[in-house]
Amino acid sequence: MHPYDSKNIIWEETIPGGTHWSCMIRRGTALRVTDLEGGANLSALFYNPEDKLERYNMPDTLKAQHTAFLTTGNACYSDMGRVMCSIINDTVGWHDTMCGLSDATIVEAQYGKATFQTHRNAMYRNGKDNVLIELAKYGMGKRDLTPSVNFFSKVMPDDAGNLRFVEGHSVTGNFVDVRFDMNVLLVLSAAPHPLDKKTNYQPAAVKLSAWHAGLADADDVCRNSSAQNSRGFVNTERYY
Amino acid sequence: MSQLVESKLDPKDAVLSEICDAGDPWMAEVKKGQIFRILDLEGNQAVDTLFYSAADPEERYSAVDTITRQAQLYLTTGSVLYSSEGNPMLTIVADTCGRHDTLGGACSCESNTVRYSLEKYAMHSCRDTFMHGLNHCACATNRNMSKRDITANINFFMNVPVTAEGGLSFADGISGAGKYVEMRAEIDVVVLISNCPQLNNPCNAYNPTPVQLLVWNA
Repeated sequence: MHPYDSKNIIWEETIPGGTHWSCMIRRGTALRVTDLEGGANLSALFYNPEDKLERYNMPDTLKAQHTAFLTTGNACYSDMGRVMCSIINDTVGWHDTMCGLSDATIVEAQYGKATFQTHRNAMYRNGKDNVLIELAKYGMGKRDLTPSVNFFSKVMPDDAGNLRFVEGHSVTGNFVDVRFDMNVLLVLSAAPHPLDKKTNYQPAAVKLSAWHAGLADADDVCRNSSAQNSRGFVNTERYY
Repeated sequence: MSQLVESKLDPKDAVLSEICDAGDPWMAEVKKGQIFRILDLEGNQAVDTLFYSAADPEERYSAVDTITRQAQLYLTTGSVLYSSEGNPMLTIVADTCGRHDTLGGACSCESNTVRYSLEKYAMHSCRDTFMHGLNHCACATNRNMSKRDITANINFFMNVPVTAEGGLSFADGISGAGKYVEMRAEIDVVVLISNCPQLNNPCNAYNPTPVQLLVWNA
């Protein structure tokens, strides 16, 4: 496996704050995802393009790794017991996957309304509508929605289970390196996290930088972070 | 957060009272205003549960909407169970257990291979029970429901504590024989239950047991 090297970047894509994007990412490709402005929230959904009913599964991901958040060494599991992608490097330390997406009601209640008619492309967009637009491009819809990974966001529970969104968790320049261990239909939204308490709508932009990382080696940080993950990678390798 | 509230309803007045054996599916419609009770007959039994709008099953229980809209991880009396459209589907009105999980999901052949051993694939699991229920229950076949409709569920009576540091574990159950949770339907819903057959962790005290389902009219 080849770690990030700026000389080996094959393409880059900037995702303006609030907007959405999707792409087929091939097995062995990795993306460095960089928070360009601080306070970014990048919601991600993962599907197997060969069988779109195979999709990211938040509960299976968390319980396999006995964690409530994601960082270096963690794998993102499909409902079929396979590692879809994994975090090989991370300067953020905590990525949320318990809270899902903002929707039109949440965004309007918090930020007010800004439509295309009045604000053109600075209009206020929301996570759920963003990903539904991208999913529709592949013949998919609401039945295909699953809990997302919310890169760069941190939501902490207290002992009683009350959740608190941590302001200022990610700063400008923070990045997370995600290696794709399966072919993945990647769907992204850079709209605000549903528990972000800011009242001004200024979602941060993120940058994707792709390189050919190759597959997880025998000494891989994600494969070896737990016995569960070593079995998850076996399941992925058997599939291919 | 734990709101222990007993119900005043008498099982003699219930319009539905059925047993779901360990490892079996159970499906039924509960109408708006009706009260739905799940009774843990022998104790420490995880009841994996999903809800769908009876009118349009594309609108379904959403664990993340339920967590986020209440900024709360656990379910107990007063918790609203929200749909994928952000609408209240049911409200928990009585609970003698005190805490229910919605992060742990349903066990499956595939997740068992990851969590325990590659050789565990053949063991009975909740997601297989969901598939069986969808194949055989009229509530599901009439609505063309499939695996596509299976999403992150509620585990009634299951204890999955999360720490401030982000640790998550399947802990020993806090339920016991005779404990129940009761909820009022805010819309007409379809209930899909897998009475969990998991034998590899303490969610069923290593001994899956039957539960009782009861419905009262408003």
